[in-house]
Amino acid sequence: MNRPVIPDFGRGSDCVRENRLFCGEWVRDNWEGVLLPRLVEHVELTLVAVAVGFAIAFAAAVAAHRLPRLETPFAFVAAFLYTIPSLALFQLLVPVTGLTVATVQVALVGYTLLVLFRNVLTGLQSVPPDALEAARGMGLTRRQTLWRVELPLALPALLAGVRIAVVTTVSLATVAAFVLPRGLGQPIFDALREYFTTKLIAAGVLAVLLAVAADALLVLAGRAVTPWTRARRPA
Amino acid sequence: MDARAEAGVTASFRPGVFADGVRFVLENPGLIADKTGEHLVLSGAAIGLALLLAIPLGVVLGHAHRGSFLAVNVGNVGRALPSLAVIAIGVAFLGIGFANVLVALVVLAVPPMLTNAYVAVDEADADAVDAARAMGMSPAQVLLRVELPLAAPLLFAGIRTSSVYVVATATIAAVAGGGGLGEIIVDQASYRLEGVVGAALCVSALALAVDVVFAALQRAVTPPGVRSRVPAFEPEVSAARTAV
Repeated sequence: MNRPVIPDFGRGSDCVRENRLFCGEWVRDNWEGVLLPRLVEHVELTLVAVAVGFAIAFAAAVAAHRLPRLETPFAFVAAFLYTIPSLALFQLLVPVTGLTVATVQVALVGYTLLVLFRNVLTGLQSVPPDALEAARGMGLTRRQTLWRVELPLALPALLAGVRIAVVTTVSLATVAAFVLPRGLGQPIFDALREYFTTKLIAAGVLAVLLAVAADALLVLAGRAVTPWTRARRPA
Repeated sequence: MDARAEAGVTASFRPGVFADGVRFVLENPGLIADKTGEHLVLSGAAIGLALLLAIPLGVVLGHAHRGSFLAVNVGNVGRALPSLAVIAIGVAFLGIGFANVLVALVVLAVPPMLTNAYVAVDEADADAVDAARAMGMSPAQVLLRVELPLAAPLLFAGIRTSSVYVVATATIAAVAGGGGLGEIIVDQASYRLEGVVGAALCVSALALAVDVVFAALQRAVTPPGVRSRVPAFEPEVSAARTAV
């Protein structure tokens, strides 16, 4: 990181030096050097956290579906993690995992667990008994029933969970920059210190756009993989 | 200067840090009370303003069965908004301080309230509404005596979600001069890790308390006849977000 020690209002125009509300040319000049790399980092942070969180929550939900005894302990741990303010959790993890991506990822994964676990489990539990009976009648094994009947029917609830997990993670990943200079939160925290409005607006709007775009994309993806949910709904 | 070095985020971890956090709260009752007060004033003002904006609009749209596109999409987009980004944009326009943070929190609080109010009134039992109309009730009477009582549980679920979310998000407001318990959490250099943990525990407790109070309110405003029909698991909009 070769970040300047003094506030860097750019090398340039009157607009930037006078810190007017928004300077388009600063965004153009710093798109490749500052904004785009942070955006890519932000996407990476989000994807890794949701993927790891999903793997854990999915395994836990399938286990809890088979052995209902497991539901309460896992839900309790996930709910407990969920109530810790992120600003504090990131700082709390620093002494354990150091100033590394791991610190941020552990916290982000922790926050995805509750929503994903709850939604996968709700989806599995709301599979109609008729469908299960039909599967048994057709001679499907337990594993086959899970993959061919229960999971497809749980898909809408599961995808709704992924959607919430993704937008939540995009939001929390901005806060993570408080401890680790990564993602779109970094220019935001820098700009808050420098009170540089162009950077505040540019990074803020990018984060908002990323979240809204990810949300919209997941809605479309959800519709594509669950065509039956649309067909059933009256016009 | 680097924010992280500045905040002194380098303390070493001891398992006893939670106990130290509790001790910090007990040993600094004045500070905690002050910051909790600020936190509640900020959250309360944001929740109040959001209520005034969102509930009448949602109820009127739901009663007219119009504007579903607006109500539902405001909810979806609003849920996706990253809180720190909203606060950053607010700071750019309104400067550092209470006002900007208040506006940002209102922006974050409105969507779940609006969507739930709309959906609750819009989906109030159509047969009951028809019956009320057939009994000669005026549109206002239908709204006040039939639709709103039927809508109460879901409507309050939205208010509850928003309120818990605002109390938790108000923590982040500290980075933009909003005050409150977040001020301790972002200042590890002054308060050390035990202060951060202590204040975080207070925020968690506060959010939990708000949730419990609003759950009780939700039960209280639900007419006995509707109580059995309160869904066991809240719809997606209400379960949206609390982590901040």
